[in-house]
Amino acid sequence: MVCDNCGSGDAVVHLTQIVNNEMSTYHLCEKCAAAKGLETSPESVNIPLTDFLAQMGQTPSGEEGDPEVTCDFCGLTFADFRETGRLGCPHCYATFETQLRGLLRRIHGATQHVGKVYLPPDPSANEMEKRLEGLRRKLQRAVDAEDFERAAELRDKIRDLEPAR
Amino acid sequence: MDELTPIPDHGLSWLEASGDHADIVLSTRVRVARNIQGYAFGPRARVNDREAVLKRFRDSAARTDGLRDGSLLELSELDSRFRHVLLERRLLTRELLGEGDGGPARGAAVLLSGRDPLSVLVNEEDHLRIQSLVSGLRLSEAWSFVDRLDEELGQELPFAYHHEFGYLTSCPTNVGTGLRASVFMHLPGLVLTKEIGRVLQGLGQVGLTFRGLYGEGSEVVGNFFQVSNQTTLGQTEEDLVDHLDKVVRQVIEYESKARQVLLRDARAVTEDKIWRAYGLLRYARSLSFEELMNLLSGVRLGASLKLLPGLRVYTLNKIMIFTQPAHLEQAAGRDLPPAENDVHRASYVRSVLASEGDVPPKGVGGDEFPERA
Repeated sequence: MVCDNCGSGDAVVHLTQIVNNEMSTYHLCEKCAAAKGLETSPESVNIPLTDFLAQMGQTPSGEEGDPEVTCDFCGLTFADFRETGRLGCPHCYATFETQLRGLLRRIHGATQHVGKVYLPPDPSANEMEKRLEGLRRKLQRAVDAEDFERAAELRDKIRDLEPAR
Repeated sequence: MDELTPIPDHGLSWLEASGDHADIVLSTRVRVARNIQGYAFGPRARVNDREAVLKRFRDSAARTDGLRDGSLLELSELDSRFRHVLLERRLLTRELLGEGDGGPARGAAVLLSGRDPLSVLVNEEDHLRIQSLVSGLRLSEAWSFVDRLDEELGQELPFAYHHEFGYLTSCPTNVGTGLRASVFMHLPGLVLTKEIGRVLQGLGQVGLTFRGLYGEGSEVVGNFFQVSNQTTLGQTEEDLVDHLDKVVRQVIEYESKARQVLLRDARAVTEDKIWRAYGLLRYARSLSFEELMNLLSGVRLGASLKLLPGLRVYTLNKIMIFTQPAHLEQAAGRDLPPAENDVHRASYVRSVLASEGDVPPKGVGGDEFPERA
């Protein structure tokens, strides 16, 4: 693939940018990427979370959040979170929900969990249904992969849960 | 090593060199992070939070099939050298050890299953880290072990879970599935052919990342890399594991091709490097750990390419673990200053190679690869 910028170099850097909800992709050679200030060395792959959070404060996206907002349960402030990159307790996720949604989208590219559905010791009907959906999806996967031992195990688990509805 | 007897299989089954591609992939690890509702996360937890978490976990483990016969080790009750032995076996993390913070926090513990290749770290950054460490490339198997234990523990303990964000963790980089799968690879072919930069860069583009021997922040030594998933939210556990598996198999293919290129274009130099590395390991009187790792890398490549016939990958894995500082001190029964550590290391390597890794000087492959004029 040829570099989009100079038209001659071999494109090795593939940059996807989202500006104002518009996604655009550039393919650049090493030289042009470096000129645009994009690191290509493998060392740059791991961005420390605290730097990430510091940058977040500078983005005019309206997600900065009031640094004084405090979690009722553990007393963590949003400023504390920015400094350490660690949340204090499960309640922090509700306290800082709006700001976190933006951050999670940037870290993971998503905010909605689609993996295992946790069934708490005393589940509601809705939680039970979600859980069953998840198990059926897993069962289908196990059958597709011809992992019949696993499939049998999942089938039993589904059977155990179903009468409880 | 008497102290290690209570540990199931001494925590070393992951280096037995079984499993797929064991010459290139040393081990596979899958872990999930879980927290219990009602307590602050690790870094913010008070002493009584941590003690309550440990107590609740201990009670639940006693009712859990996979853990009932395991060994629960409270870190503050172990002496420092033994804790480091466990770290060098990759059963603990530096964070759990509390290095730089004056030792392990109250309630920091590890439970090793007596039945499966499973362990649970208690009161690390998250309340529980449920993990499986197995030899070779066995991602879906390791995930199944973790998945089943997670199901069992989840029925006993109320995990912190959010309808949108999934399993809640101390660090937002772990939230969602809480899953980190990593594969520990030896990639000398890609390093020697200078293709490694491109491969590592490629990993970043497909949502994976890499680290050195001891995980986060550690250096790459001896051409060993840990490749793992970068994101944990927005994909199912199975998709994360399958994706890593697919990419790792591709990296293995690149590595094999690079090795063939080395043999085709630089056979004499490659053979020379391998035999020199073997000679140094076999006869040196003092070896730093870093030098040893670099030499082991050459010898491992030689064993894998059958240029050092009769040398088993298991022997090399064993050397790598037992020559770390705490293991040498454990064997000597006393503290060793660095210079003495290097002497003990060389002596251990010589004795292991003499008893189970002696390669005839000309090599069995002599006929296959005629001497060049």
